[in-house]
Amino acid sequence: MGQTMSEMILGRKIGRSVTSGEILVTDVDYVFAHDASGPLTLNQLETLSIEKPIHPERTILILDHAVPSPNKETANNQQLLRKWARKTGSRLSEAGEGICHQILAEDYASPGQIILGTDSHTVTAGAIGAFATGMGATDIAVAMGLGKTWLRVPETIKIEVEGMLLKGVYAKDLILSIIGLIGSEGANYKALEYTGGTISNMRVDERLTLSNMAIEAGAKVGLVPTDESTRMYLQSRGRENQFQKITPDDDAEYEDVKEIEAGKIEPTIALPDDVDKVKPVREVTGTEIQEVFIGSCTNGRIQDLHIAARIMKGKHVNSGLRLIVTPASRETLITGLQDGTIQTLIQAGASVTPPGCGVCFGALGGVPADGENILTTSNRNFKGRTGNPLAKTYLASPATAAVTALTGVVTDPRDYI
Amino acid sequence: MKIHGKTWKFGDSITTDHICPGRYFHLRTNLPELAKHTLEDARSDYAPNVKKGDIIVAGRNFGMGSSREHAPVVIKLSGASAVLAKSFARIFYRNSINIGLPVIICDTDKIEDGDTITIDFETGKIVNETNGLILNFPPIPPVMMKILSEGGLVDYIRKHDGLKI
Repeated sequence: MGQTMSEMILGRKIGRSVTSGEILVTDVDYVFAHDASGPLTLNQLETLSIEKPIHPERTILILDHAVPSPNKETANNQQLLRKWARKTGSRLSEAGEGICHQILAEDYASPGQIILGTDSHTVTAGAIGAFATGMGATDIAVAMGLGKTWLRVPETIKIEVEGMLLKGVYAKDLILSIIGLIGSEGANYKALEYTGGTISNMRVDERLTLSNMAIEAGAKVGLVPTDESTRMYLQSRGRENQFQKITPDDDAEYEDVKEIEAGKIEPTIALPDDVDKVKPVREVTGTEIQEVFIGSCTNGRIQDLHIAARIMKGKHVNSGLRLIVTPASRETLITGLQDGTIQTLIQAGASVTPPGCGVCFGALGGVPADGENILTTSNRNFKGRTGNPLAKTYLASPATAAVTALTGVVTDPRDYI
Repeated sequence: MKIHGKTWKFGDSITTDHICPGRYFHLRTNLPELAKHTLEDARSDYAPNVKKGDIIVAGRNFGMGSSREHAPVVIKLSGASAVLAKSFARIFYRNSINIGLPVIICDTDKIEDGDTITIDFETGKIVNETNGLILNFPPIPPVMMKILSEGGLVDYIRKHDGLKI
C-alpha cells in the first residue's frame, strides 16, 4: 500500500514502514522553545533533573514573542533563556533576529526532519517537507532532554488545488478558504497535505503561508511535497545538500480528499472571532478599520512586504488609521531596506517595528483600543488575541491589508491592482 | 478513579486566548498570579468564584489555538479537577494529560451550569446528580491514560526511566 508524506517521513526516520493510527517513539532533529513558553520548559527540565539538552547543537532558544522586552518580568524571563542557552551550549536566536518559524525556515528546516517547538505554528516548516509540529512545554522539555518524542502517525486529508490564482488573490486567501471549507476542528489529530498544480507552481514563501495555518484547522502538520522549488530555496539558504525528494505515493490512503479550483478563490477575510468564519472580502467592504498590521509568521516575509509596498507606493495611509509593519526576520528587514521596500512603506505612513511576533500576539505594542477593529495579515483573530478583548480582529492577505490601510475601510484589492 | 464536583458551563470554541490571554505574558513565570485570569475572556466570573474540585464543561473544540501549556496549567491551578467537552483541540488535549489534568469527551448538552456530577473512570460513566441522567464517555487512549495515571509525563518518565511508551 502507498504512503502519505507523514507515513513516509516518520517511517524513514524510525527505519521501518508505519501506518496511520500507530503510535511510535522517534528521534527529533530540531527542538526549540521561545520566550512565551521557554521558562516553563526549563522548569520542566529541572523537575526531570536534566541539566542540559542531549543535543545542544540541535536545541534552539528563540526570543521573538515580546521583543524588545516591554517590562521587567519579560526581560527577566528572556534573560533566563539567554543564560541557559549559554550555560548548556544550546543555540540562541536573540531578540530582533526574527520569528521562530521564519528562523527555522531560513536556517534549519529541511525535508524529512522531525521538528518540535513550543508553538502551534511550528507546522510552518511543513512547507519544506519537515514533519514539524507544536507541543507544550513538558513534551518539549522531554524532547530536549532525551532527544525523542512519541507520536501517533496521523491520518491525512489531501488538499488538491488546481489552476491559477486570479490577480489579487494570494496564498493567504487560499488557506483562509481551505479553513473555511474544513472548519477549525476539521483536521484535529490529522495531517494536511497540500498538493496539485497550484501548489507546485507556488514559491516556498507562499507554501510557508499555507503550512503555517494548518493548525487553524486543528492539523498536526501541514505538508507540501518537496520539489525543484524546495531545492532552489535550500540552495539559496546554503543547505542544498539537505534536499531530498518527498512526495506521497499515488496509491497513498487518504481519509479525505478536498479538490479546490484555484480560479474560484476570491480575496478572502476571516471575521472576528474565529479563523473559520470566512467570507469573500467583497461581502464586507466598507467595514471601518482603525489599525492594520502587516507581519507575523504567516505573512511577514519580504514577498509580503513587496506586495504591500507595490500597492502603497506614492500613497498615504488613511488619516483615521494606523499601519504597523513588522518584518518576520532581520534578514527580511535588511532586504527590505536594501531594495527600498521599507522606505516606501514608511513614506506611506507605516510604523516599522523590529522583527518579531509584534501585534499578532497581544503582548507588545500596537494593542487596539476598546471598540476598535484591527485587520491583520497574521493567523488568529480570537477574542483578545491582539491584546484587547474589547477590540475585533480581521484576518486577510497583505494586499487586502495594504488597500485597507489606504482607504480606512475593508477594501477588495482587485479594485486597486 | 472518581471525580465529583460542581460544573462551570462554557460554549463552543473556547480558545487558549480565552483560557490564558496573551496580554498576561509577563506573568508566565508567576503561575499563581496568571491563574487569577483563567478563562477571563470567556467568563469573568469563573476565576474569582471557582472552588477546588469544580469541573469545567464545554462544547466543541475546547482549547483550540496555541500550544501554551499554561492553558491547562492555570485551569488546574484555578482548582478545576477535570474538563469535559464535546471535542478537544489536539495540543491542548495532550498538554492536559502531560500535566495530569483529566480531559473527557462526552455529550455535554446533558449537563447545565452548576450541576453536580460524578465521573467514574473505571465504568466510563458520568452521573449527573442534579438531573439524574447518566452519560457514557469513551476511554482516554491507552498511552495517554498510562501517562495520566502516573500524574503526568514528568512523573511517567521518572517512574519508567525514559520515554518508554
